[in-house]
Amino acid sequence: MFMFEKAVVGSRRYWLWILGLFAVIGIGLMFYLRQFEEGLAITGLSRDVTWGLYIAQFTFLVGVAASAVMVVLPYYLHDFKVFGKITILGEFLAISAVTMCMLFIFVDMGQPTRVMNVMLHPTPNSMMFWDSVSLFGYLILNATIALVSLSAERKGVAPPSWIKPVIILSIPWAVSIHTVTAFLYNGLPGRSFWLTAILAPRFLASAFAAGPALLILLCLLLRKLTWFDVGREPIRKLSLIVTYAMLVNVFFVLMEVFTVFYSGIPEHQHHFQYLFVGLEGHNALVPWMWTSMALAAVALVLLLIPKFRLNEKILAFTCGMVFLSLWIDKGLGLIVGGFVPSPLGEITEYAPTIPEIGIAVAIWAIGCLMVTVFYKIALSVREGLA
Amino acid sequence: MSMDRKSFLKITGCAVAGAIAGNKLAGIDVEAQDGSAAAYPDAKTAKRWGMVIDTRKCLKAEGCDKCMAACHEVHNVPEVPTKEHEVKWIWKESYEHAFAKETEYPNEELEQLDVLVFCNHCDEPPCVRVCPTQATWKRDSDGIVMMDWHRCIGCRYCVAACPYGSRSFNWSDPRAHLDETNLNYPTRTKGVVEKCTFCDERLAKGLMPACVEACPEGAMVFGDLSDPNSEVRQLIREQRTERRKPELGTKPEVFYIL
Amino acid sequence: MSDRGRIIIGLVVFLGLITFPIWYNSAAGTDSAAPELQKAKGEECIYPVDYMRDNHMDVLMEWRDEVVRNGNRVLKVGGKTYEMSLTTTCIGCHTEKAEFCDKCHDYAAVTPYCWDCHVDPSGAALVEARVHRTSALTGEGGE
Repeated sequence: MFMFEKAVVGSRRYWLWILGLFAVIGIGLMFYLRQFEEGLAITGLSRDVTWGLYIAQFTFLVGVAASAVMVVLPYYLHDFKVFGKITILGEFLAISAVTMCMLFIFVDMGQPTRVMNVMLHPTPNSMMFWDSVSLFGYLILNATIALVSLSAERKGVAPPSWIKPVIILSIPWAVSIHTVTAFLYNGLPGRSFWLTAILAPRFLASAFAAGPALLILLCLLLRKLTWFDVGREPIRKLSLIVTYAMLVNVFFVLMEVFTVFYSGIPEHQHHFQYLFVGLEGHNALVPWMWTSMALAAVALVLLLIPKFRLNEKILAFTCGMVFLSLWIDKGLGLIVGGFVPSPLGEITEYAPTIPEIGIAVAIWAIGCLMVTVFYKIALSVREGLA
Repeated sequence: MSMDRKSFLKITGCAVAGAIAGNKLAGIDVEAQDGSAAAYPDAKTAKRWGMVIDTRKCLKAEGCDKCMAACHEVHNVPEVPTKEHEVKWIWKESYEHAFAKETEYPNEELEQLDVLVFCNHCDEPPCVRVCPTQATWKRDSDGIVMMDWHRCIGCRYCVAACPYGSRSFNWSDPRAHLDETNLNYPTRTKGVVEKCTFCDERLAKGLMPACVEACPEGAMVFGDLSDPNSEVRQLIREQRTERRKPELGTKPEVFYIL
Repeated sequence: MSDRGRIIIGLVVFLGLITFPIWYNSAAGTDSAAPELQKAKGEECIYPVDYMRDNHMDVLMEWRDEVVRNGNRVLKVGGKTYEMSLTTTCIGCHTEKAEFCDKCHDYAAVTPYCWDCHVDPSGAALVEARVHRTSALTGEGGE
């Protein structure tokens, strides 16, 4: 039913990749066992900076998961046939991203064996409760849609009509998962860096830039490594989406900068100052933030000029820059910036430790493994039909 | 034996339903054993517990730390050597940090002032609002913001939500950092968040909070804010008091006479 | 030899291997015996022994929620009053955790996590003091 048998036949290169991923996962697992035994003290987190790399990855990946809507919406709601071949790729990416999100939350917990308490004691006033509900629901939705679509494609029939409303539901649901994630942050009265109405729109804009950028990269990779070529049109249209989303995202960031610095409220300014120029001699994140800004600026130029956007070699670099820029901004900048300075005005800097990085990389490897296996299955099905 | 999918699902469904029903019938019920639970007859009760700290009487400047020592001893609060992982329920902060007041022209006295800070047991606590498991909640009976260390999953959302930095997380096993253990109170384990609970276990047995009892100058006054004749209410009426960050809408119930 | 012979020999060897723990322990005289528990100090437990043996975990869970979440520490049952506390009331009669609780738990390979946080007060003197306090507060018995 799940066609996993298609994922266990492959070239030598395929198996080397899989084995490599398992090795990385194995190392991360060893680090996690140590963290499970000793506690989160082995990370770089502290009393002041209580969330770091793990939650940052979760926040970023919810965006990537939500971005599947950027191919699903045009195709299913507006019959935009150009995306016909890649909706399944977007859905599989979403499933892998959501799984990574859940894993990142799991490894961040102090008492992971008690995680079911969130379901056993439902708490409607907690955004974290709704976040787990929405993430889990999104996972089920996309898994169902992908399975049914691919099975139908393999049998050469149209998918059953009941899947249509499920697909339509996944569209607002995608928006909701990232809105709820933003609500985790922007409902906290004591964290002025996050207390902004524009946080959810910012999240969505950066998600709709980073996700499709990754999808473009994956399509180009598939063209290079396999027989599968999505064609030029879908990539062109996706790059347009990345362009607009990136423009909106940069606009939103500039809105934040204006609000904070024109109004001049010190407590609000301090977070931005820490991130971009350093505060009281602490400036560990300054190079990271400016790198992110530079990457975004260069990427925007390359996206806006059609000659460069239409050149797929350059586009690949541009998408990489977009992804990296947003990963730094939403990952490191957003989370750590919210905690520095602390509510008491103290500065504790944060840097992830080796075990922490090892665990994070392992979860990324799990995501890569899932994408690899899913894409292999999808491509094998299509190859069989061709 | 061949079976089609429909019959298989039917049989499995019945089996599962039967197992659940059977379990429920055989379920244990402590109350069925004819018991009833109640509080101690001499427990201290109030509609809304609150505190007034008279910083003028406090002897922090002279190095007195009796309240902090008492609290941390009674509650087995670990002394973690690294600042990043420290656990503290009550401690001293500068006036500037405690009240988030940045000024170019500070008052000399206030500049030197060290203020005792701990959980404010807010009336509208953001930490309670965000906890996904109700491991922290505001007691209806007396307004204390409680902790249930059995339920806490260690997500640290409450730590992020608290505007006062009152909460600490156990980054490692606290027992490794306990010199002496008070056998009458549990320790916590790694991976849960902890904070001041207004000594709910002492109130339940008719005792005042440890810090209040330990203060040699009576600088900490604990009482029922809903009773207009309580000492805390009198102090608030007669003295100028300040609360930490009241503009955030948290309604903190710890008042400071500066 | 036909296949049937090989199969039967294989089965016999397999059975012998799989039942190794049973016949080896019998032969070496290292059979496990039911744990011998320390006798409790009090006359009778809060609930009947059979009920406690089967349900003490759930009793403790109920107590936990009643004390921590509802703020009620006193239990009136069977005409008597008790404090709902593992370390005060239970250990008050079953005074040595290692001689009582651990005996069955080790035998059954169960690791309750209560003791990760709750401090083992084994040692009669401390428990005496607390039991005295309990009865003084509830106004029953005591000195």
